[in-house]
Amino acid sequence: MNKTRTIVTYAVLTVAAVVMCFPVLFSLCLSFSDLSDILRGDYLPDSLNLTNYINAFSTQPLLHYMLNSAITGVLSTVLQILFSLLAAYAIVFIEFKAKKFIFLIMMATMMIPGEVLVITNFQTIRSWDLLNTYAGLILPGIASTFGIFLFRQNMMQIPMELKEASTVVGMGEFGFFWKIVAPMVMNTVVTLAIYFFLVNWNSYMWPLLSTTNDTVRTVQIGLRQLKNTEAVSDYGMMAAGAMVTSLPTLLLIFFGQKRLQEGMTKGAIK
Amino acid sequence: MSKIEIRDLTKSYDGTLNILEKISLDVEEGEFYVLVGPSGCGKSTLLRIIAGLEKITSGTLKIDGKLANNMLPKDRNLSMVFQNYALYPHMTVKDNILFGLDVKKVPKDEQKRRLDEAAEMLGLTPYLKRKPRELSGGQRQRVALARSVCSQSPICLMDEPLSNLDAKLRGQMRTEIRRLQKKLGLTVIYVTHDQVEAMTMGDRIMVLHGGKIQQTGTPLELYNKPANTFVAGFIGSPQMNLVQAKRVGSTLVLGDSVTLPLSGEEIANLPQGNQWQIGIRAEQIEPASTGTEGVCRVKVVNTEMMGNETQVLFEVGDALFTARWTGQYLISIGSDLAVHLSANDFHFFDAEKGTLIRPALHIKGRAALSA
Repeated sequence: MNKTRTIVTYAVLTVAAVVMCFPVLFSLCLSFSDLSDILRGDYLPDSLNLTNYINAFSTQPLLHYMLNSAITGVLSTVLQILFSLLAAYAIVFIEFKAKKFIFLIMMATMMIPGEVLVITNFQTIRSWDLLNTYAGLILPGIASTFGIFLFRQNMMQIPMELKEASTVVGMGEFGFFWKIVAPMVMNTVVTLAIYFFLVNWNSYMWPLLSTTNDTVRTVQIGLRQLKNTEAVSDYGMMAAGAMVTSLPTLLLIFFGQKRLQEGMTKGAIK
Repeated sequence: MSKIEIRDLTKSYDGTLNILEKISLDVEEGEFYVLVGPSGCGKSTLLRIIAGLEKITSGTLKIDGKLANNMLPKDRNLSMVFQNYALYPHMTVKDNILFGLDVKKVPKDEQKRRLDEAAEMLGLTPYLKRKPRELSGGQRQRVALARSVCSQSPICLMDEPLSNLDAKLRGQMRTEIRRLQKKLGLTVIYVTHDQVEAMTMGDRIMVLHGGKIQQTGTPLELYNKPANTFVAGFIGSPQMNLVQAKRVGSTLVLGDSVTLPLSGEEIANLPQGNQWQIGIRAEQIEPASTGTEGVCRVKVVNTEMMGNETQVLFEVGDALFTARWTGQYLISIGSDLAVHLSANDFHFFDAEKGTLIRPALHIKGRAALSA
């Protein structure tokens, strides 16, 4: 019984792994293949041919785009974390009128799809003259209801006694926030930061709308520009670009996972 | 001048229900003052009001003679020990002990001196670099105490600090806290629901119930002259046996079922009226030797054999009485038992209001007390 179960589990997992890995492996193969081979349907490269990579970087300023993505990604993430932390802190530790109602409204915004807000956000950013700026890319996303919710859940587990003990010695709200609460929710901060950064790095729609030239354009848009709209697209080159742009996110996940596990187990010994 | 003075303090969250009602108390400098009562009696709220964590609805609070109703917690110059110790899990024992001194701008070398002293005093020196989760319950409790010691505040508020410890450790820590308090001359206000802690630690005790003061006094005053049936039942373990009683001729009928013949002296000592609620301590019920007066027959419900003493539970009307006898008494459950009771050992309470009319005239081990 137990054995059958194991076999079934592994079978399902193997199929899932193949399905999920296929696009990545396929792109990896394409990125080393010659276009003529690809068009003939020969997807397995004979040698490690780096031409596609060289072409990708020479056709589009991919490095520049990656730098833009890094800047907006890091700044957005830092701001998202900071604002989520502060908002969650206020909701958990500070008494004010209509607190529950305000929190409810915040949560209700999770039901609104981001696409609905794109038009108004675009008009706002344009009227502030922020198109083609880092600020224009970053600002609309810095309030994250999801982040607030996650931090709130986390902070609610901090006993009120800790707050009271700090009140008795005369520590202010900010001191308590910075010295006690922030370190105590560090695991969540790391997890969320990784998640936020991935979302920011991979975001496509907003950067596409709010940039009209190369100055602050991010890498996902750059990737799109590798596609030739008039002639046959160079699939090998596109695959090479995709490989390069996904590298930072992969690294982040590998590195972050370790850090995450450390953090988790550290908190678990009680 | 009292260290802490409270007059007619009332606390209400919604304006209709009073959590605390007309509380007045004086705590002297260096006194160990215990607030005791069942859960929900308002004792913790009172402590939190003194700490400045809760607002006062009406009445006055003075600390060191200064009006403190709206004083910020940090200006009250007090430390607080919490039930769950309020240790910060991400900070080392050392940082936990020194917590708050930075805020108070105590110089580093002074902090170091205080830390060494407090750690030494509480046996924490080997653990300073550890995190709280690496400590046992008792050690965590000591860290919380060390923090309080380090703050050098003259007033220390303790909110059920021992309730998370096992019974044996609790006994040790009781002594330790008391010793520390005497040594440092601290004024302590100590909240507990455990009457044993109240009796053994307190210089004075205030019993709270339903937000009202039931009685204030030294442990023995409360034990010997409980102001009402609540205090009588709350202070002392096993708790005082309480039952309705009425006088019929020269006998006292307890709980409509047990008849106790009275001697002339006992009759003379009876308070006015002929119907009361009476209470008797478990240790003042004696096993009867045959033929003596003041003997009644009761039905044994259960016995609890401790080895050094025997607790016998028997029915008196609807009430269950406990007698506590030194030594080993092998009594079978359900059997008839003759016990010796003396009306002079009874506390008489008002049958309806439950207030004390006459305390017991004899206390075991002491000469007769005046009524």
